Amino acid sequence: MIEIGHFAAILALFLSLAQGVSGLMGSRRGAGLMAVAAFALMSVSFGTLVNAFIISDFSVQLVANHSHTLKPFIYKVAGTWGNHEGSMAMWCLVTIGFGAAAAGLLNTDRPKLEARAIGIQGLIAAGSMAYLLFASSPYTRLDVAPLQGASLNPLLQDPALALHPPLLYLGYVGYSFVFALAAAGLIEARIDRDWAKIARGWAMGAFVPLTIGILLGSYWAYYELGWGGWWFWDPVENASFMPWLLGTALLHSILVTEKRGSFAVWTALLAVLTFCFSILGAFLVRSGILTSVHAFAIDPTRGLVLLFGLMLYGGAALAIFALRAHTLKGGPAWTATSREGALMGNNLVFTVATATVLLGTLFPLIAEGFGRQMSVGEPYFRLTFVPIVVIALVALPVVQAWSWGKADLKGLGKWAAGAAAISLVFVLLGVGLFDIPVFAGLGVGLGFWLIGGAIWELKRRALVWNRVFRLPSRVWGMTLAHIGLGIFTLGAVVETSARYETTLDLAIGQQAEVAGWTLTLDDVRSVEGPNWYADRGILTATRGSATAVLTPEKRYYPASQMPTTETSIHRTGVGDLYLALGDRRVIDGAVRWTFRAYYNPLIDLVFLGVSVMSLGGLIAMLRPRRKRVTAERPVPQEA
Amino acid sequence: MRARTRRLWTFSIAAALVLAAAALVLYAMRETADMFYTPERLSEIGLPEPGQRVKVGGFVEPGSLSYGENARIFFTVIDESPTEIEVTYTGVTPDLFREGSGVVATGSFDEAGLFEATEILAKHDENYVPRELKHLEVPQT
Repeated sequence: MIEIGHFAAILALFLSLAQGVSGLMGSRRGAGLMAVAAFALMSVSFGTLVNAFIISDFSVQLVANHSHTLKPFIYKVAGTWGNHEGSMAMWCLVTIGFGAAAAGLLNTDRPKLEARAIGIQGLIAAGSMAYLLFASSPYTRLDVAPLQGASLNPLLQDPALALHPPLLYLGYVGYSFVFALAAAGLIEARIDRDWAKIARGWAMGAFVPLTIGILLGSYWAYYELGWGGWWFWDPVENASFMPWLLGTALLHSILVTEKRGSFAVWTALLAVLTFCFSILGAFLVRSGILTSVHAFAIDPTRGLVLLFGLMLYGGAALAIFALRAHTLKGGPAWTATSREGALMGNNLVFTVATATVLLGTLFPLIAEGFGRQMSVGEPYFRLTFVPIVVIALVALPVVQAWSWGKADLKGLGKWAAGAAAISLVFVLLGVGLFDIPVFAGLGVGLGFWLIGGAIWELKRRALVWNRVFRLPSRVWGMTLAHIGLGIFTLGAVVETSARYETTLDLAIGQQAEVAGWTLTLDDVRSVEGPNWYADRGILTATRGSATAVLTPEKRYYPASQMPTTETSIHRTGVGDLYLALGDRRVIDGAVRWTFRAYYNPLIDLVFLGVSVMSLGGLIAMLRPRRKRVTAERPVPQEA
Repeated sequence: MRARTRRLWTFSIAAALVLAAAALVLYAMRETADMFYTPERLSEIGLPEPGQRVKVGGFVEPGSLSYGENARIFFTVIDESPTEIEVTYTGVTPDLFREGSGVVATGSFDEAGLFEATEILAKHDENYVPRELKHLEVPQT
């Protein structure tokens, strides 16, 4: 079976190459057909891999190394991409899939642009396929098949993490198609309003899955790793965050190109950079060049190949950019206080913020260049990234009301002053009356400022309240995304500045206090699951009249000889009581259990905010409800 | 606004922001970057100032792990050199922390030369050894 898959993958590689050649020669039909054929073949190929995992065919090396007969069905399937080779196969499938989707969905009056973009996507796919087949082949057979597999890393046996890689890849690879469009546009020296109209849908189609992918990863880290937090500024996290930041900058920049024709050069550059950072992310994760709390599969050679690929594709794109950028045309004039100016500010902040994250992430490598072993952690990012982004957050509600070209600032100032005063009152009330930390108070103020600003902007555009539902879907998308940002900011600032954390050391029957809750350790029992056994703590938590039972576990997976922490979280809506079981310690003959205990105020808002932001992106992708008489070409949508 | 004025504006705002960010980055790196030491390295250069935040890494010496009151633990970090670092930590250690495992601890030395850790990272799975430790041999347990 797996040989069929291997053969299909080789054919897909050649078809992708052919797709590249015919696309670049300008044959829209040829490139499209080959993209669809390559996708069909790669689907078959990926299907044989998934099948090998489902039937636990341990004669396939990948399955023997990463699967186990006792694993639940869903994790057998998800195990296909829970390892390096399998996840690369999925990357290839998605890359080829985007080419096929473009072949099916693109229907503009610029067939040459379409042909070249599909062709460039084919070349990207061919590069990925070559990497898959020659540097990390999942199709290898073992001479002697073991009776049992080594199982999937138990940390990854989790529903959120089963979906996390496919969504991230949809995002990364989605930006690869925006890159292909930009390269094709640069070849034609035509990155204009038409181009932006086509590219915007694809950029949005990459933004949404990438956002949800990062959200799932963060949520997984929160409840699975047992460290209480949701973001650790770990290199692997930063690797996905940098393309997100640049991609978000790109979404805003494309807007200017679409509406005004301005920023064409900058938009093209951002499209190239976003794609480069996606590959850089893959390089950082796969090469293990940086110490990460959750790196897997470390192999410097693979890193080198990826770095070479990055230089090849990124270099080629930057070369085309350098050759063609000066031929792109600008839009009409604008002043500093205009929507163009505001969005330029947005892009500056996003790119500078990306640069600080990049520096912090690569810092250990830079230091090693100077012969030192050093690293930076969360404090660095708090000092650099946070203040830069706060500037943008404070400015957003004001500057988003600026109109194209030259804003009429009369009235705006009065409104902004009023809103700022109300926000400030909230902050002072919170800090003064409710005794919350100053930073948390400022976070609440900033959150309300953003949410209020987004709603007010909606009303400003509709002129009167009862017309807001007639506004186009993309205005609603923007509003929701900005409301989501506000909700996120509120939750993130309050959670990080007011989080309570402590370590408990309890004998059975003992009590402890955590943020107003009284916890009693009732018992610790041994329990067993399909492919694990565990110690399960049973604790009763009471606060006033509220009672909850928490059951944190320490699981042990014999197949991979690895313990994992299963946290227990009691949600109250305004905060989570969070427990992770540590270890059993015998002190002077008495058995004691340790726990990590947290109270995370408003943490739900962090995840809710990002969800609302993704929802906004989805809604912005919808076609306009009312077609005008002069029908616009449909904006291409994500498959 | 004329195109040239606009470019000037754009450029000066961008330059100001980039400069401010660069200053912030330099400041943050000076304040927050942590040096990493192995026991061998410390035997060559001596212990850093008490209270200075650093990272130490090596392997947990087999047989050195002991528990104290209130979730306190003590262990010794070793490498191939004869030097040992005594480490104490209050809290729950990572899942893969055990005797013989690779470990990177962040914290500071006290006056007596005991390393008070505020964060402990252990190797993540069988395939993974912290980068700082990649040149060390795993001790036999």
